[in-house]
Amino acid sequence: MSKYRLFWPAAALVALLLVNLAISPSFFAIQIRDGHLYGTLIDILRFGAPLVLVALGMTLVVATGGIDLSVGSVVAIGAAIACAQISTLPDQNAAGGVFGALGVALALCLLLGLCNGFLVSVIGIQPIIATLILMVAGRGLAQLVTGGQIITVDSDPFRVLGGGYWLGLPAPILIALGVVAATALVVRRSALGLLVESVGGNPEASRLAGVRARGLLVLVYVFCGLCAGLAGLMVSSNVSSADGNNAGLWIELDAILAVVIGGTLLSGGRFSLGGTVLGALLIQTLSTTVYTVGVPPESTLLVKALVVTVVCLVQSPAFRARLRRRRKPPAPVPASAEPKVEVPA
Amino acid sequence: MSTVTATPVRWRQARYLPIAASLALLIVAYGFGATRYPAFGDGQVVLNILIDNAFLLVVAAGMTFVILTGGIDLSVGSVVALSTVLCAELLRAGLPAPVVMLAVLAVGAVLGLGMGSIIHYFEIQPFIVTLAGMFLARGLSYTLSTESVSLDDPLFVAIAQTPVELPGGLRVSISVLIAVAVLLVAGYVLHYTRLGRTVYAIGGSNRSALLMGLPVARTRVGVYTISGFCSALGGILLTFYTLSGNSLHAVGMELDAIAAVVIGGTILTGGSGYLAGTVLGVLVLGVIQTLITFEGTLSSWWTKIVIGALLLVFILLQRLIAGRAR
Repeated sequence: MSKYRLFWPAAALVALLLVNLAISPSFFAIQIRDGHLYGTLIDILRFGAPLVLVALGMTLVVATGGIDLSVGSVVAIGAAIACAQISTLPDQNAAGGVFGALGVALALCLLLGLCNGFLVSVIGIQPIIATLILMVAGRGLAQLVTGGQIITVDSDPFRVLGGGYWLGLPAPILIALGVVAATALVVRRSALGLLVESVGGNPEASRLAGVRARGLLVLVYVFCGLCAGLAGLMVSSNVSSADGNNAGLWIELDAILAVVIGGTLLSGGRFSLGGTVLGALLIQTLSTTVYTVGVPPESTLLVKALVVTVVCLVQSPAFRARLRRRRKPPAPVPASAEPKVEVPA
Repeated sequence: MSTVTATPVRWRQARYLPIAASLALLIVAYGFGATRYPAFGDGQVVLNILIDNAFLLVVAAGMTFVILTGGIDLSVGSVVALSTVLCAELLRAGLPAPVVMLAVLAVGAVLGLGMGSIIHYFEIQPFIVTLAGMFLARGLSYTLSTESVSLDDPLFVAIAQTPVELPGGLRVSISVLIAVAVLLVAGYVLHYTRLGRTVYAIGGSNRSALLMGLPVARTRVGVYTISGFCSALGGILLTFYTLSGNSLHAVGMELDAIAAVVIGGTILTGGSGYLAGTVLGVLVLGVIQTLITFEGTLSSWWTKIVIGALLLVFILLQRLIAGRAR
């Protein structure tokens, strides 16, 4: 069964792509303009890259049985810090200054992740609550940094991150791909992934087995914060501005959804990076589909809410058991009814 | 935390500590404001805190029920927004105001009932279900209307603008009276009825409550229904306050409600806390908001940061107490 874990998300993605193809026949068309690849599929990958990153960090957090609601705010803070720094540079096109700004932004996001991890692992606060604090206070912080305004920047090196190309492919896709590959390598080629899963599966047992749960927990939240920060840089680079209020708004929900669709259990204990990437792409495709089908964009949230509910229900053992029970009774009933008929005869 | 038995006396004292802390915080914050600004001590300023937060009082009362069972409801802000939009749209469709109010309350309660049922019968974590509910309600309100719709129904305008005179030249709004009534009913239900005792029992230990033969299913679904109903009522009170329906109302309000409950001394794992604490929590948030307004130089986002910081402090305080009680 676990061999085919990726089957359902992949099937759903293919089905969704086919629906799109049926609606607009040019859906799969990919053109080369100025040596760069263009097309709807490329766009889905490109705009989905930040979500892939955020969902990647979220996967490891969820694998430990936790959750990080603060990623949306961390996206906003990362974007705000980077843009605020770049906008004060004397020369916004100086690569050194831009790199410095990106470094500061990422370092701060790492620190925020560290705070989350500390609250969860050392103090022992439930992950939902620990990260809920940063979810709302973090938006306040982002607004504080931007002064409640939208900071716009005009920096060529910064624009590369969200809008650049390399080997004909948009930079966000390559960056996301790189981070996913590196994470997969580190997590699956070492015992790290196994340890994370053991902490999520049974914290007490893994502690007794000598797993350092505390350090691991801090590590996954730090990683999640870093991923969210990188996604924030990408998002802000793409529009050359930072909006403390709206950057990364509701991305935590998309990320959780991507993780769950990808077959990672919310209760922790096992995870699938490939599934998460598929899940994130599925959500991005869903958003695109909502537009191509002509559903008003306001209803995107509605569609997602229904998808979350259905996915969670399908995953729930209680729901499955109930379905099975409902399906079974019809079988015994005629069986017991038949002998009754036979007895008088 | 279900760590009650070993040292009942010390635990009993510890149980009141967060409430005492929030009361002290309230007094300090208010005293600070009163000494800094003479106008702050005015009775009407205090009542204004109630007028400005009547809807939050009602929403937080519903949230208290949910958190006491050890659950959480992240959908409240969105349900409040949905209720304001529904009010506006139904009135625009020509329905009489009382019918609109009943319909909105019913929608809120049904949403809560649905979420509670999924949480209890399909054993999915409350936060993910109510997160989906948050999406759903916000999505519904966006679908109904993306812009602010103003309300001009005579009944709504009358309720919004009729002041209730109190002795001493002070006044409150009708919303405050409604909120106080809701609090009295909620307090009675929580502390003096079987339903209330079952809520505490479930929060103490779901399994024990089940083994004792308490109606766990009915109660767990019930608390989310109550929370949905309270959120819808909070939405109606918000329309009295703003006289508009807007799908962008009450973004992030779930944190305000949760913060109020936690600052009021209710423990997030359930089973321990008082409705009076929640009222104190809302008042603390209200005083801080007023302080930030009076300060003038501080912008609105400071409210979010301060509320987050306060929530953090109180959760740490609770951990400390829970740790000692154990």
